[in-house]
Amino acid sequence: MSGAVPQPLSSRLASLSFAAVKRLATSALPFVVVILLWQFASLFFPRFLFPSLIDVFWRCIDIFSSGAMFADVLATIYRILAGLAGAFVVGGLLALLMVRSRAIDRFLSPILTLFQGIPALSWVVFAIIWFHGVEFRIFFIMVMTTLPAFTFQVLGALRAMSRDLMEMVFSFRPTRMKLFRVMIAPAILPDILTAWKVNLGNASRVVVVAELVGATGGVGYQLLQQQQLFDMAGALAWTLQLVFFVLIVQGALTLIENTAFRYRAVSERGI
Amino acid sequence: MTDSVAAGEAAIHLDQVSKVFGKNGNDTAYRAVDGLNLEVRPGQMLAILGKTGCGKSTIFNMIAGLTEPTSGTVRVSGRDPFSDFDWFRGKMAIVFQNDRLLPWRSALQNVELGLEMLGMAAADRRAVAQQWLTKLGLGGHEHDYPHALSGGMRQRVSIARAFATNANILLCDEPFSALDESTAGRLRAEFVRLVKENGKTAVFITHSISEALDIGDRIVVLKRPAMIAYDVSFDAATGPEQRESIRSRIGEVLAA
Repeated sequence: MSGAVPQPLSSRLASLSFAAVKRLATSALPFVVVILLWQFASLFFPRFLFPSLIDVFWRCIDIFSSGAMFADVLATIYRILAGLAGAFVVGGLLALLMVRSRAIDRFLSPILTLFQGIPALSWVVFAIIWFHGVEFRIFFIMVMTTLPAFTFQVLGALRAMSRDLMEMVFSFRPTRMKLFRVMIAPAILPDILTAWKVNLGNASRVVVVAELVGATGGVGYQLLQQQQLFDMAGALAWTLQLVFFVLIVQGALTLIENTAFRYRAVSERGI
Repeated sequence: MTDSVAAGEAAIHLDQVSKVFGKNGNDTAYRAVDGLNLEVRPGQMLAILGKTGCGKSTIFNMIAGLTEPTSGTVRVSGRDPFSDFDWFRGKMAIVFQNDRLLPWRSALQNVELGLEMLGMAAADRRAVAQQWLTKLGLGGHEHDYPHALSGGMRQRVSIARAFATNANILLCDEPFSALDESTAGRLRAEFVRLVKENGKTAVFITHSISEALDIGDRIVVLKRPAMIAYDVSFDAATGPEQRESIRSRIGEVLAA
């Protein structure tokens, strides 16, 4: 056998860091292209159409450093998370009921499908007519717009659980609590995280609509102010706050996935 | 132990048991088991043999308490395994046809599963699980996830999981059928040794005559719909000629 000459450590480290830099450059490339195009456009168009991204950057710093403005960002984040948590809890319970009873499934499925067809703006109008409190209105809108997706996703995950594994766990006679902890929760966790990822994007769009119409603070409210002032740099800076938030939460969810699902086999050949 | 079966009392008792799938009177109703009577003594290793679709798995599921008989009574340690389901926690363990390991748990955590259901403290159940993995030659693989183990290793983990609870009654549904003959033979020998050493009552479902002869000290051959066509007991003293005659007889019954 011709023995392969082992690569020296320094050479292996160099090839590893080259791979990391290449990966980073590949993922950053689309953003760099968009930024360059925007900045190029800002040289030829008026500020209210394409403001310089340097202006936008300083506006972002203003938002971060001003307590009052950052409170608006936090208010929006709170509304998104509260709405998603509410929809997840209600949707999870509905999914459990639906998977246990065919009659409940037959009753609730058409209602949830109907809800899916109602535009977010309609829920905003209904909430304004039905309720007084601003926060409750926004919470209601967030829950109603994300509830069907959460319910159907959790329901799908519950139905897709392996019958073989369920029977195996049942053979040890678990209590309901232990069955949930050792079997149901780990089995549906991947779908739950996917549901959160999908609904997070939806919720961050819906919350702006809800705040535009019915709130006296938050990113949506601030965007309305920028529109009235024709301030594109401000509108972009406030929009970026939501983008940053979504990116951070998506990153956290990906981190949880990478840690929680390390048991999964990875094929060397991709699909 | 308080749950041990009194001498002379059957560990498993099936009296006029029938199982019909689908509603009575429905054209699609299917009678999987028809008036079956069967007794298994404590400490006996019963191999149930039969062709595919003869109702072996239905009997297995009824003894395990996973399926309710349509008529007749099933008693395990004097109790109904379906209605007294929780009472059998830690008293009955199952080795399935495929390993059925939880993919999100390591080999060690999979073996701990039954002990967790019994409420054993984490350190104690880890020690017991570790001991069983070592006994089955899986030392060093405790923290491997199922996808990293071979088919034979995974099946050994599932055997360890069943033995770890120290249940008196073991139910096995063709546990070695998916393995190559060499691995299956080795595991079969290990399994018989462990059952004998630990004084378990075992019901072993198989469709292989050789496996039934290797494992059981009694063989019951079933004919569709799950009726006993042949019932024979033997022991270590049974010579090769007698075993050969049992094998021929089983072959004839199955072919008939």
